[in-house]
Amino acid sequence: MSEPGLAEDAPATGEVDELSTSRVAVGARRWRGLRRVAAVAPFVVYTFLGLGIPILAVIDYAFRNPRGQLTLANVSTITHGTYLLGFENSILLATLTSVIPGLLGLTLAYAIATSRSPFLRRMIATASGVLANFGGINLTFMFIATLGSTGILTSWLAAIHLNPWNLGFNLYSFYGVAFVYLYFQVPLMVLVITPALGALRPAWREAASNLGASTWRFWRHVGLPVLLPSVLGGMLLLFGSSFAAYATAQTLTAGTVTLAPIQIGNLLNGNAISGQENIGYAIGFGMFAVLAVTMILYGLIQRRASKWLR
Amino acid sequence: MVALTSAAAVVSAPRRHRLRVWRGIILALAAAYFLIPLYAGLRFSFQDDAGHWSLYALRAIPSQVGFTGAFWLSIKLAFTTLVGTLVLMVPTTIYIHLHLPRVRRLLEFVTVLPIVIPPIVLILGVLRAAPIWLKASPYLLSLMYVILTMPFVYRSLDAGISAIDLKTLVEASRSLGANGPQTLWRVILPNLRAGILSASVLTLALVLGEFTMASLDLWTTLPVWIYQFQQTDGHIATMVSMLSLIGTWVLITVMVSLDRSESRRSRRKAEVA
Repeated sequence: MSEPGLAEDAPATGEVDELSTSRVAVGARRWRGLRRVAAVAPFVVYTFLGLGIPILAVIDYAFRNPRGQLTLANVSTITHGTYLLGFENSILLATLTSVIPGLLGLTLAYAIATSRSPFLRRMIATASGVLANFGGINLTFMFIATLGSTGILTSWLAAIHLNPWNLGFNLYSFYGVAFVYLYFQVPLMVLVITPALGALRPAWREAASNLGASTWRFWRHVGLPVLLPSVLGGMLLLFGSSFAAYATAQTLTAGTVTLAPIQIGNLLNGNAISGQENIGYAIGFGMFAVLAVTMILYGLIQRRASKWLR
Repeated sequence: MVALTSAAAVVSAPRRHRLRVWRGIILALAAAYFLIPLYAGLRFSFQDDAGHWSLYALRAIPSQVGFTGAFWLSIKLAFTTLVGTLVLMVPTTIYIHLHLPRVRRLLEFVTVLPIVIPPIVLILGVLRAAPIWLKASPYLLSLMYVILTMPFVYRSLDAGISAIDLKTLVEASRSLGANGPQTLWRVILPNLRAGILSASVLTLALVLGEFTMASLDLWTTLPVWIYQFQQTDGHIATMVSMLSLIGTWVLITVMVSLDRSESRRSRRKAEVA
């Protein structure tokens, strides 16, 4: 690790003539420039090797056949059949688990923000931080114990003749995965949207009602327009988080649900047909494309949203 | 005016009541959704196959095949990642704040990338691009976890640095005759304690629970072991999973409360002085 140059350029003493001062200054500047490069070099090199090279490798192999020749066959394969279905399902899942938790998270955050108990607010903030990072195997086990065919909630509901498994619910399916994703998506939305709710000043509410506006008119003309960019931004963030998630869906369904990340995992675990070894890279490339669009939209919306957050 | 205010109060009283009822319902539903699975997981881990209350899963953990290895692998990865992250990110973030403020936007952008790029795609590229000697080592995962934790670590450190007057501290330290390393070690790091602590907590929590990269890199870390072991005994697997959750929370609480009591003590000391 390079030592950060905290004791940089000592002030030059004024004993020397003008010419050599400037020569010293040039030398010092060059020396300082070198130092700056040296100080950030480890970070730049590390992220290039750990992030840049793998990304380039994925893009490169997406356009090569197993013999290393350039080809569009992989990309064309993933736009048909089961791989296309994987993308469609992933996008559908991400949409479902961004819009619904987005609205639920907004409601929950509003209920908390308007409550007068600081204890409740602090507790929910901490809990959201913990729960938003939940996922994977722990979450899977908790839900199997809750809504598996012999889970607690299943048996409670069965006692009142509402056994969800008899009503067509299957935890290890697409909708089961969507239901489990709520567990980390709702807290994520609460975390993201709470600062935006703070921007909705109580004074606006009072001003609106002094001008004779009903609750409905306040939300229609003031509340929603102010919140909308933040809500949409939050939902896009949830979309990205759900679209990229692998661990929870994999552990819950043992890789049987048709989603793009699960397909990558299956291909990587050696379930590739010969000649299609590089399909996984093409799927990865496709996921980049979807996420890039999401993030560009997020950036555009964020610029609008920040108007009210100042 | 008086009449108007009181009229408003009359109108808003039932409304406020209705709001409170709604808030109660929403919070109760949320609590049920988030607490029932936790309760179910805990109950299942304290049951035997017949559904009776039992501690057998807890007692059986240490003797299970592969558990000890997986546990220590996860611990080793967690601490090497922590050291790697701090050594890479702390000096870089401090230096950029002090001397290259214009590069901050770029640093922010680069450190947000690991959120945007799915870990599954990243490990796909890594397994193709990494040299064989590195792929043979579990510490390839540590190197990748440093990347995965960057967004959280950078944000914690950035918030910590923004909260103190870094420039003044450094100038004061230098005018008192301290050199670079002394300033870093004795002045900046103690002031950054809170930021470094929260970065460390997030790093440990992420590494101890990471499944995607570890499973595809074919290393049996604790989460991977739990996943594989559920076919052998679901109760034991769930017990380990719940314990790892609780362990992570305890770790977080201890570190945060340590910091709180520490800062309270230093504040008290300052008051006395």
